[in-house]
Amino acid sequence: MLEITSVGKTFFAGTPNERVALDDITLSLAPGEFTTVIGSNGAGKSTLLNIVAGRLSPDRGTVVVDGDDVTRLPDHRRARHVGRVFQDPLAGTAPDMTIEENLAIAYARGKSRGLRLGVTRAKREFFRQELASLELGLEKRLKMKVGLLSGGQRQALSLLMATFSEPKILLLDEHTAALDPQRAELITRLTAEAVERHHLTTLMVTHNMEQALRVGTRLIMMHEGRVVVDIAGERKQRATVQDLLRAFEQVKGAELDDRTLLQ
Amino acid sequence: MIGAVELGLIYAVMALGVYLTFRILNFPDLTVDGSFTTGAATAAVLITGGTSPALATLAGGVAGLGAGIITGLLHTKGGINPLLAGILTQIGLYSINLRIMGGANVPLLREDTLITPLRENGLLGGAVSIAIFGVLALLIKAALDWFLHTDTGLALQATGDNEAMIRSFGVNTDRTKILGLALSNGLVGLCGAVIAQYQGFADISMGIGLIIAGLASVILGQAVFGSRLILISTLAVVLGSVLYRVTIQIALQAGLDPNDMKLVSAVLVVIALVLPRWGVFRRVGALRSLRRTAATSSSPGGQ
Repeated sequence: MLEITSVGKTFFAGTPNERVALDDITLSLAPGEFTTVIGSNGAGKSTLLNIVAGRLSPDRGTVVVDGDDVTRLPDHRRARHVGRVFQDPLAGTAPDMTIEENLAIAYARGKSRGLRLGVTRAKREFFRQELASLELGLEKRLKMKVGLLSGGQRQALSLLMATFSEPKILLLDEHTAALDPQRAELITRLTAEAVERHHLTTLMVTHNMEQALRVGTRLIMMHEGRVVVDIAGERKQRATVQDLLRAFEQVKGAELDDRTLLQ
Repeated sequence: MIGAVELGLIYAVMALGVYLTFRILNFPDLTVDGSFTTGAATAAVLITGGTSPALATLAGGVAGLGAGIITGLLHTKGGINPLLAGILTQIGLYSINLRIMGGANVPLLREDTLITPLRENGLLGGAVSIAIFGVLALLIKAALDWFLHTDTGLALQATGDNEAMIRSFGVNTDRTKILGLALSNGLVGLCGAVIAQYQGFADISMGIGLIIAGLASVILGQAVFGSRLILISTLAVVLGSVLYRVTIQIALQAGLDPNDMKLVSAVLVVIALVLPRWGVFRRVGALRSLRRTAATSSSPGGQ
């Protein structure tokens, strides 16, 4: 469903601040595969997500979604295939607009937007059902402005908006990191449910190793712009946080050895 | 005083245009001063040339539309700061307006205009004219309400509210911004065309400082009548425009010089923008969010 081939991205190339964000990433996601991405700061996780979303364009390599090469498409044209939830709970919704208007905007993803009313009676009924699945009582507050909701409620709404129109790829960018533990738990559960229900091919960046192991069907660890660990299925289920930390130490250690050798 | 209400209802169309850019699109558009005169000049020249007044008025609106598109292109494709893009178009339009008119003004006194039937039957300045202008202003308000609730309208609203979000749902925000600016300046041009016929001439300086009158109408209306829903906001803008003209009329009758009115308007807007900052009227949400636009617009891209 998602084919990332030999993608590289360097920021500030040719200046003293040159930084290789992605070295040479090749990654293939099967339909319905739910992949969690971990790695230290600067490992290239966010850059990878931004390149799939089209916010950044890679220096080399290609991004193919469901057989279509989208490498050069701007973000708004890729949005037809790619749904996204951001880390900032305020980023995924329009605060001055009502819950139902926000949902209507998400509902029109990938369709041409004409002069038909955004919120109709039929759509409102559909929105009510979808909101009820969040179990936050939002289905009774369709005409409330989103800016009045709490961070957790807004993130739940963002998640619903990103998933219910069934994008081919779902990108989750540390979308529980800014929430308190209880809310983060709720969003994690809702995420797993939505991915399962819509059978979404998902790429989820997280800082939380325990979460990365618990959810999803596959796990990759990134370091300095490369994929250094890639486990799936039973191996992933058996893996522990300790295993991941050990793997990470090994990668770092190997690097250290390389450097000592070169000196 | 009835004349002030009449003027207020006509200028309400312009104020709705200003509302569309400042409040909905979060884009402080200064094209208005120029596009208003462009609408007036286009209509006046066409009328003196023998075109039917209705068609000429419509052409004034289309000319304003064009001006808005230029500002939109300067900002989106040229990457120019919103304020500067508007000013550049406005300054450019000054010369264009002179070219259209072939001079500094075009008199319409002996021409047949949209206002002629009212004037000849002595209906101006009475209940009939107020009813007519009122219905027209409300019709345009209703059309704007409807548009803002269509799929395209929702995308336009979201462009001003959270640009990154609406892009992530597949909307080209360059296009929605240009559309919003075009519609806004279309309304402004339409208003200019009607004003030219109402006052009997088009003049190169008729648009100067108009953006402040538009802003004052939006602020005044939303402070007094609220802004919870779009339907209420747009009604507040229409009423605010009337309130503004009546206030100016009262100031004039109190003996203030007409030349001082621009200063009065400017001070009015400054007070409305500064008071929320000092904690007065904390609860007047409309002012606060308008202040957000006016105070943050210097950073390119809006939000």
